[in-house]
Amino acid sequence: MKTDDLIELLAKDSVPRRFRSVLAWAVASGIIIAAIVFSVAIGFRPDISEAVKSGRFLFKFVVTVSLAVTAIWVTLSVGRPDGRLAHRGLALATAPALLACAAVLELLVLPESQWTNHLVGHNSRLCLTLIPLLSIGPLACLIVALRAGAPSSPGVAGAVAGLAASGIAATFYAANCTDDSALFVMTWYPMAILIVTTAGYLVGRKVLKW
Amino acid sequence: MAGDAGAYRQLLASLAPRIRAVARSRCRSVGAPESDVEDLVQEVLLTIHLKRGTWDQSRPIGPWVAAITRNRLIDVLRRRGRHIVVPIEDVMNSLQAEDRTPELTTRDIESLLGRLKPQQKEIVRSICLNGGSIRETAIRLQMTEGAVRVTLHRALKALAIFYRNSARED
Repeated sequence: MKTDDLIELLAKDSVPRRFRSVLAWAVASGIIIAAIVFSVAIGFRPDISEAVKSGRFLFKFVVTVSLAVTAIWVTLSVGRPDGRLAHRGLALATAPALLACAAVLELLVLPESQWTNHLVGHNSRLCLTLIPLLSIGPLACLIVALRAGAPSSPGVAGAVAGLAASGIAATFYAANCTDDSALFVMTWYPMAILIVTTAGYLVGRKVLKW
Repeated sequence: MAGDAGAYRQLLASLAPRIRAVARSRCRSVGAPESDVEDLVQEVLLTIHLKRGTWDQSRPIGPWVAAITRNRLIDVLRRRGRHIVVPIEDVMNSLQAEDRTPELTTRDIESLLGRLKPQQKEIVRSICLNGGSIRETAIRLQMTEGAVRVTLHRALKALAIFYRNSARED
């Protein structure tokens, strides 16, 4: 086959879906799967009607949602062949920065004797189990979407997808968890997120080569 | 790329000589035979085709093409057991330069085509060799146009995989 023939052939093939829309579908599916797992197996905390009046409780969502949004935005970039983590990677600092500010505030308003209590909390084990569990669905969806992409670095793309998936998972988990202190969130959430991100990296390296 | 087949064909046709220039200089610098060049060009074109959904239309196409070209070249030449580094600037620069030498014939594309499923092969031949449109091919093979499109797309994906495997066997 001559190259011109190949070009002729390629021009006759149908138009593909844009990577952006593939990724949007993956995000939507991932959120739906996580929502189903959440409502069937986990559910809201018992005092949810009281909790929504608490600034500490609500601030958890500010952090988790900003992690999810920034990581999805970065995924869109690292999923393309000409995308680099450096282009948008700085955005990923948003959630940690917000959380660090809240933690400093917490240290200022709490008496020192209560620091450890708030940091250790009551749900650390649940946190480390449920966030990875809830993120399996979203991570799978994002990885499938990235296979339609062409990441220049498969491992990095998988890891960023892991961050996005754990942002989605942590948003749901935060509605169940009764530990609202920024000290708790800053200690345990990142550990859970690290597990998912590592998983994303390893899977990405395996399946995202093109 | 947004659905105008004529414009898309022109784009690929204008990219081919540039990619060929890069592939040739790359093959020379690693000592790969000249016969590999056209295989590389076709593999890059196929990848551009299959991954064209990842081009962000708000950005220039040059860096995107260069990134894909670079990725495929590194991958292919690495599989041939040579350690190479292709700086992106080289690819960008070479992509600017036009390569005017006439086309080479490909080494084993016929055998690659031979490995397609019979129906895929028939559709590829019908469109390639006879220059038939999707509709003509559909009528001739008594298939729906949709089925022809699906088969063609699968054949192209299969071809991309064959290219890779054949590079690995080398």
